[in-house]
Amino acid sequence: MAKVIGISAFYHDSAAALIIDGEIIVAVQEERFTRVKHTEVFPLASIAFCLKEGNLTIDELDAVVFYDKPFLKFERILETYYTFSPKGLVSFLKAMPVWINQKIFIKKKIIDGLKEIGEFDRKKLKLLFSEHHLSHASSAFFTSPFKEAAILTIDGVGEWATASIGVGNKNAISLKKELHFPHSLGLLYSAFTYYLGFKVNSGEYKLMGLAPYGNPEDEQTLAFITKIKATLVDIKSDGSVWLNQSYFNYATGLRMIKHKKWLDLFGLPPRKEKEAIHAAHCNLALAIQKVTEEVVLKMAAEAKRITGSENICLAGGVALNCVANGKLVESQLFKHVFIQPASGDAGGALGAALAIHSMYFEEERIISEYDAMKGTYLGPSYTDLEVAQMNTAIGAIAVEYSLENEMQKMISEALVKGKVIGWFQGSMEFGPRALGNRSILANAMSAEMQQKVNMKVKKREGFRPFAPAVMEEDAGQYFDLKEKSPYMLVTSQLKEAYRISIPKNYHNLSIKEKLANPRSLFQSITHVDFSARVQTVSRKTNPKFWNLLNEVKKITGHGVLINTSFNVRGEPIVCSPLDAYKCFMNTELDLLVINNFVYKKTDQPDWDDNKKWQLDFQKD
Amino acid sequence: MEFLRDLWLFMKERKKYWLIPIIVILLIIGVLVVFGGSSAMAPFIYSIF
Repeated sequence: MAKVIGISAFYHDSAAALIIDGEIIVAVQEERFTRVKHTEVFPLASIAFCLKEGNLTIDELDAVVFYDKPFLKFERILETYYTFSPKGLVSFLKAMPVWINQKIFIKKKIIDGLKEIGEFDRKKLKLLFSEHHLSHASSAFFTSPFKEAAILTIDGVGEWATASIGVGNKNAISLKKELHFPHSLGLLYSAFTYYLGFKVNSGEYKLMGLAPYGNPEDEQTLAFITKIKATLVDIKSDGSVWLNQSYFNYATGLRMIKHKKWLDLFGLPPRKEKEAIHAAHCNLALAIQKVTEEVVLKMAAEAKRITGSENICLAGGVALNCVANGKLVESQLFKHVFIQPASGDAGGALGAALAIHSMYFEEERIISEYDAMKGTYLGPSYTDLEVAQMNTAIGAIAVEYSLENEMQKMISEALVKGKVIGWFQGSMEFGPRALGNRSILANAMSAEMQQKVNMKVKKREGFRPFAPAVMEEDAGQYFDLKEKSPYMLVTSQLKEAYRISIPKNYHNLSIKEKLANPRSLFQSITHVDFSARVQTVSRKTNPKFWNLLNEVKKITGHGVLINTSFNVRGEPIVCSPLDAYKCFMNTELDLLVINNFVYKKTDQPDWDDNKKWQLDFQKD
Repeated sequence: MEFLRDLWLFMKERKKYWLIPIIVILLIIGVLVVFGGSSAMAPFIYSIF
């Protein structure tokens, strides 16, 4: 009965996960505790949480595993500088002190970190290191419902690998093919993220959300695609990519790209964060999105050729590109597609632990009929007593409903009337998506809700779309979904029946005009190209959320809601009831629901923490 | 010592012995920088650079 803790840390998205006997007990990202988004610090609080939930001491663990191999990464860094030398000297001089003082001694840092959590016998502790892409591959395959499957992992870079194709069979994974640094689909996408004025490692979602505003028929878009493929990236028939390093600077420089060369190529200066977004930016976003989709499909086809499997599992940061995922599902290259919901580096902690369970200890893997992720509800939860104690401590005024049904009826009525609700229930989600336990919910049928929630609640860019949550059994009625989509990892098109016809000059409209143009019965969750990143809600995995959707359906005839993460721009998703209450009081949320406690904004005492709270979060 | 042993095992596994001098020099510089703050080591650093 192996008890393993997996850790990711020191780069971004620190996390820890506890596996006992092959079952995922808990998994959580450190940012949820530290309240610093994408934090890279050693996940002290996450590991302590894992140990507490497992009722374990460090001595009782069979292994602690780190999600990548620091020496191998160091080897890559040294060899890269050597290859490019004498270029990159400044970057080398900046990078080396960090490596020599810290990152090369990760083993010691892990041991020191564990010592801060509790005493343990160093000789007994088995500290292991899993390869980065094996961790990703494990996080997808070992949690999937498949006995055998092709595995495709794509991200920025791990040690050397930037993408890998593997095969999973029962307890084992074998990586068959790798693409190596500096050639990387993830870094190509990040380069465009940077060029278009968003932050690398967090702004990729924004780029993906911006792409549908581009005009697919515009000559400029087609020219951008041609230029990308002719100059920046050579896409081989097996999906591997070769990036023309004379246009990039990430290998040895302090920036992603060479500004002058990109300006000459695309005729656009790099967009600054606060600059307006123009049609050309949207067209370029669409162009790189199309190129990304082409590469993902080619890689998947190669995975099919190598493995011959009917199933595929995906992980790595690029697997969070739900538009590309949607295209893969649509292509029907594989009968079944499973994507790890925590596909970024946080999920590496989970994958590393699962790899050790199945491949190092060779213990039997649990294959669940649905999947092993438990709906991703793997994080901290809080009892009614804890919530009541918080209410007393801060003077919050709440009504506690003894009957859950009554509370849901009241909330569904408020939602239909246009109220925006902070919805906090049970264990929090692991991974970047809020899936109904730490969510902001609103009426999907209200035309103005997209702007209202973006600007007044989330305080983020107005162009960003919202995702719908829909009852699993009704999803096919509204969307062209080939399979259920419990983790919001696949976009699909809204069915014609719910669309409103668009004017002929639609593609020539500005972002604001496109957004305002009526296009759907569910205007707030239908992106400008009629796509939606659907969450299908199962009665089995989240009965409380399903019941709420059902109550909404009883009133409107449609069990569909806006579901967005419970946070503001730059803030990690709320973890504790106090985080939720602070977010509620500092935004224009109308109601807050924590377990069965309902808080009305108008009932609450004065709150003068607003300005300071906003400053606590660095905008992403 | 554990670090040096791990590093040696890694080099053996990867058979990239040409990296050893680079790593050794970087480590020596690192050690000098770390201890450079103390007065006993400072003259040594100045004489090198």
